[in-house]
Amino acid sequence: MASEEPLFDPSLKKRKKKAVAFTEYPLGAEADPTAPAPETIDNTTTTGEAVDLGPSTAHEQMKRNGEEGGKTEDDDFKAMFGDMKKKKKKKEIPMDLADGDSGASTPVAGASAPAITEDLDFSDIKKKKKKSKKAALDMEAFEKELSESKSKPAADEEDEGEPEHNPNLDIDDADLENDPFAQPSDVPVGVDLGNEPWLSSDRDYAYPELLTRFYSLLHAANPALLSSSSQKRYTIAPPSIHREGNKRSVFANVTDICKKMHRQPEHVIQFLFSEMGTTGSVDGAGRLVIKGRFQQKQVENVLRRYIVEYVACKTCKSMDTLLTKENRIFFMSCESCGSRRSVNAIKSGFQAQVGKRSKNRPA
Amino acid sequence: MSVQNLNSVDPFAEEELLGGTQDVGSGADYIHIRIQQRNGRKTLTTVQGLAKQYDLKKILKAFKKEFACNGTIHDDEKLGEVIQLQGDQRSKILDFLVENDVDRSTIKMHGF
Repeated sequence: MASEEPLFDPSLKKRKKKAVAFTEYPLGAEADPTAPAPETIDNTTTTGEAVDLGPSTAHEQMKRNGEEGGKTEDDDFKAMFGDMKKKKKKKEIPMDLADGDSGASTPVAGASAPAITEDLDFSDIKKKKKKSKKAALDMEAFEKELSESKSKPAADEEDEGEPEHNPNLDIDDADLENDPFAQPSDVPVGVDLGNEPWLSSDRDYAYPELLTRFYSLLHAANPALLSSSSQKRYTIAPPSIHREGNKRSVFANVTDICKKMHRQPEHVIQFLFSEMGTTGSVDGAGRLVIKGRFQQKQVENVLRRYIVEYVACKTCKSMDTLLTKENRIFFMSCESCGSRRSVNAIKSGFQAQVGKRSKNRPA
Repeated sequence: MSVQNLNSVDPFAEEELLGGTQDVGSGADYIHIRIQQRNGRKTLTTVQGLAKQYDLKKILKAFKKEFACNGTIHDDEKLGEVIQLQGDQRSKILDFLVENDVDRSTIKMHGF
C-alpha cells in the first residue's frame, strides 16, 4: 500500500493542476477526514469543509448587516449575467486583475475584517470566471471514477494526499510565491497585532467579532478558499432582445433560457409579463413578442429576479431545481440538497389603464 | 341560546375586511410598486397595497409635491385603492416609504 501512494499522488497532482477547477475538492476530503498531515494545514482543510458552505451564508450575513436585504439578494445573482457581459466584450484583463487583487488583498485583509469581506466577494466573482462549468463537471466525474475504481484504503490515502497539496495549488492560483508552510504561521501574527478590540479592554469578545476574525485568518492563510468556497458558477445565455417595429420587442431565445433553467416557458413568460406590466405572445418560431420597448438589460433584470424567486434553491443556492404543480400550488424541489418548498404564485397585480379607452371598451 | 362558538368573531366577516388590501394567499400584505409603459418613453408607476391606516390622499399629495409629477388614486374592486403616478417614480417611492418608517421588507418593487 505504501508503495502505491507515491504512484498515485503525483499523477493526481498533475491532473488536478491541469484541470483548474477543484471546487469539488473539499467535498472529497469531507468523506474521510483522516489526516496525519501537519496541524496547520489540517485545520484549514477540515474547517474547509465547513467553510465550503460557510462563506456563502456567513459572509452574506455580514454583508447584510451593512446593506439592505433586497439588495444583497440581487447582488448574488448579478454575477450571473455580469459574466456574460464580460464574455461578450472578450476582455481578458479582468481575470489577470482578479489574480492581482486576491494576491494583493490578502495581506491587507489581515488588517481589517470588513475590508476582507469586500475583497472576498470581489475576487470571488472574478475568480469564478476561471472555471468553466464543464471543467467542474469533468472533475466530478473524474473523482467519482477514481473513488469507484480504487479500493477504500486507496481512497483514504487520496484524501490524505489532497489536503497537503491544497495550499500549493492555492498559491499557484493566487500567484503567490511563498512557502506554503510559512504562510499560516506568518499571517496569524499579522492579524493578532493589536487589532482585536477586546485586547485593550476588559470586555468579552462578541461572537461576530470572533467570526470575522476566523474568516480573516482563514482566508489570509489560504487565499484560494475564496474561489473554491463558492460553488461553480451558474451561467445562462443573456436574453437576446431586438425591436420589432416601433412598439414591440422580441425576446428570441426564451425557449433556450427556459430549457437551461428547467422551467416551463409559460411560467417564465407569465412572470415576465406580470413583472413588466405588459402583454405579448409567442410567435411561430418560438420567440416571445413583448408589447413595449424593452432593452436587454431590463429583461435581464427581470430574469434575474425570476431565478432568485423560482430557480435558485433557497437552502443551498443550487440552480438544480424542479418546479412541479400540485393542487394549484407550485412546489420547487432541489435536486442537489433535496429540500422542497412552495413558491409564490405569479400574480399580475394592478394593471392601470394604458392607451385609448375606446379600444378597451367592448362592442 | 348562547353557544360559545357562535359568539366568537365571524371569520368570514374578517376575510372581507382584509381581502381588499391583501393579496390573499401570499400571506404578507406587501406594498407593490409597479411600472407600466405607455406610449413613447412615458411610464406609469402604481403603488398597490398601502395599509388602510394611512390616508392615501395625503400620501398622494406628498408624492406629487416631492416627485413633481401628477398622480391619482384609482379605486380597484379587488385590489383596493391604488396610487398612480406619472413617470418612473419607483425608486423615489421606495426611498420615500422607507424614510417614513415603512418596513423595507414589506415593499416589493417590480418592473425592469
